[in-house]
Amino acid sequence: MKLRTLSASLMLAGFGLVSQSALANISDDVIRIGFITDMASVYSDIDGAGGIEAARMAIADAGGEINGKKIELIFADHQNKADVAAAKAREWFDQQKIDMLMGGTNSGVNLALAGIAAEKKKVFMAVGAAASDLTGSQCSPYTAHWAYDTVALARGTGSAIVKAGGKSWYFLTADYAFGHALERDTANVVKAAGGEIKGQVRAPLNSADFSSFLLQAQSSGAQILGLANAGGDTINSIKAANEFGIGKTMKMAGLLIFINDIHSLGLNVTQGMQFTDGWYWDQNDETRAWSAKFEAKVKRKPSMVQAGDYSAVSYYLQAVKATGSDDADTVMKWLKSTKINDMFAKNGYLREDGRMVHDMFLMEVKKPSESKGPWDYYKQLAVLPGESVYTTLAESTCKLIKK
Amino acid sequence: MITIFGIPLQAFLGQLLLGLVNGSFYAILSLGLAVIFGLLNVINFAHGALYMFGAFLAWMGLSYFGLNYWVMLALAPVIVGLFGILIEKFLLKHLYKLDHLYGLLLTFGITLLMEGLFRSFYGVSGQPYSTPEALRGATNLGFMVLPNYRAWVVLASVVVCLVTWFVIERTRLGALLRAGTENPKLVEAFGVNVPLMITLTYAFGVALAGFAGVLAAPILQISPLMGSNLIIVVFAVVVIGGMGSILGAIVTGLGLGVIEGLTKVFWPEASSTVVFIIMAIVLLLRPAGLFGKEK
Repeated sequence: MKLRTLSASLMLAGFGLVSQSALANISDDVIRIGFITDMASVYSDIDGAGGIEAARMAIADAGGEINGKKIELIFADHQNKADVAAAKAREWFDQQKIDMLMGGTNSGVNLALAGIAAEKKKVFMAVGAAASDLTGSQCSPYTAHWAYDTVALARGTGSAIVKAGGKSWYFLTADYAFGHALERDTANVVKAAGGEIKGQVRAPLNSADFSSFLLQAQSSGAQILGLANAGGDTINSIKAANEFGIGKTMKMAGLLIFINDIHSLGLNVTQGMQFTDGWYWDQNDETRAWSAKFEAKVKRKPSMVQAGDYSAVSYYLQAVKATGSDDADTVMKWLKSTKINDMFAKNGYLREDGRMVHDMFLMEVKKPSESKGPWDYYKQLAVLPGESVYTTLAESTCKLIKK
Repeated sequence: MITIFGIPLQAFLGQLLLGLVNGSFYAILSLGLAVIFGLLNVINFAHGALYMFGAFLAWMGLSYFGLNYWVMLALAPVIVGLFGILIEKFLLKHLYKLDHLYGLLLTFGITLLMEGLFRSFYGVSGQPYSTPEALRGATNLGFMVLPNYRAWVVLASVVVCLVTWFVIERTRLGALLRAGTENPKLVEAFGVNVPLMITLTYAFGVALAGFAGVLAAPILQISPLMGSNLIIVVFAVVVIGGMGSILGAIVTGLGLGVIEGLTKVFWPEASSTVVFIIMAIVLLLRPAGLFGKEK
């Protein structure tokens, strides 16, 4: 018995060696993608299981294999804890030999992941996270920040609101990397446009009751309440603001609004809100067709992040296919020299600092009377060209940019 | 203008009142935990999940059967209580002779199951539930505009807490309950059905959680996670008040709500940790809690 096991494992080992030499460019004979996101907490509707499904759809559309090498997806829940995510990522790089790491929601987590991927010299695609630091002060040659960032949200929503007369602002901020980045980037836009920041209150992530923070905001006398939070926090703050009649004295600006938030709150509470989004399911035939496929599997319309997951994985796989290699430098070089054209982005491109620059959209939430039914929520007010809403290379603090 | 610690008196009073509203939830939830722990010696970790269940029942009642808030306020605690009876009869009952830890693990498992089920059906963004017609609008108190519904929450929970305290500490039924946990054999010898009493106590304890859930439904988004966000704080409240102390749970619940509310003004970043800092201090100075008796 023992002898048989031994010879079997020797055979396997030998088989492995042979096939590895056959195509040396795909390491370990499998293209393995590791996806870390919030699977069960505040951000799991925005990405979570739906995001995993989107990644699976991209793999299926690529045929499930490239040059006979299987594509594999593994995923884990980061519980919104950077240390949990970091430990998982190290395990994946060292033991599972993943070739590409994907970061779902939560900027704190993604900043940690970006550091590890850079150390291991592997491709890191940040999709769900917003902090612009990923391609700014903490940029890396291996990071691709795909869907959106805090600068784009700030410039999109911030300038639209200041232009419409909202000059004095108060921020309700989620107290971690993402909230701070969104507050900072929006405050810069407001100040540059001649507006004024009256103050901010930083609420712990996942607070249950926002009424206390809202009353503080109201007593500041500012015209605009900037919600620098996301997901469940945004939902509960809008709900409480409605209850306390904050809207009578202040106008709310949701700096990061997802379609799931609107779906959950209903149009009565959210109608008329303006915000910036990177993608909406009902923009054209291509987005509608993909969303229908997604909905058939997940029973919900996709969020911008989930669509971004699909796009990021597809382009990674195209890069591997085109170059015949899963080597990080080769893949990044291909990605940075190829136009991104799919159902998610038109004429997007991945810049040297890792930013995927593509058009964003200024949206307004429809009135209940304008909506045809569930998920018909947005009116597109303006296209915000990528060049004008993302950090320009001249402004960039990324060390990879030679000035 | 009068100011307290640098903030206007009016804003200060407003924050105090909001703290009291949140404290009402802590009080009513920790009361249920205290009743269960005091009489059954079970650390009921499923309390948060049952609170979430109560809130979901309110929402389901309205969206599937058209039953309004008031009907569900009465009905949801009964359903949660019946569910509690099942848990006690079929699961918990077998663990009384074992260490506390087993009860805690079992109820924690129930929590994970319930949250997982609701999450897979409804996602985490939650369901909206609007305030009942009669309690809409707000009252201007001079120092703040208080939504009527929040005032109702404080009133309802204080009444429920006081009645519970009265029944357990001041009536013959309560005396029997307390005696039954001290010495079940002796009480049974007097012809009292102690196992039934224990089952009903557990049902009552979790019904309180269901009641709190319905109360919370119009204020918070009804999400599978609403219980787990709250339950850890509520456990800290019970520990600070003294495990098993009824009065301790009520007073500490309200008090900590207020302290947490004030922290949201003076040091917002710490508002989610302040309860635990207090817990650490109390445990160092009075290990049995503020109202607990050393055994």
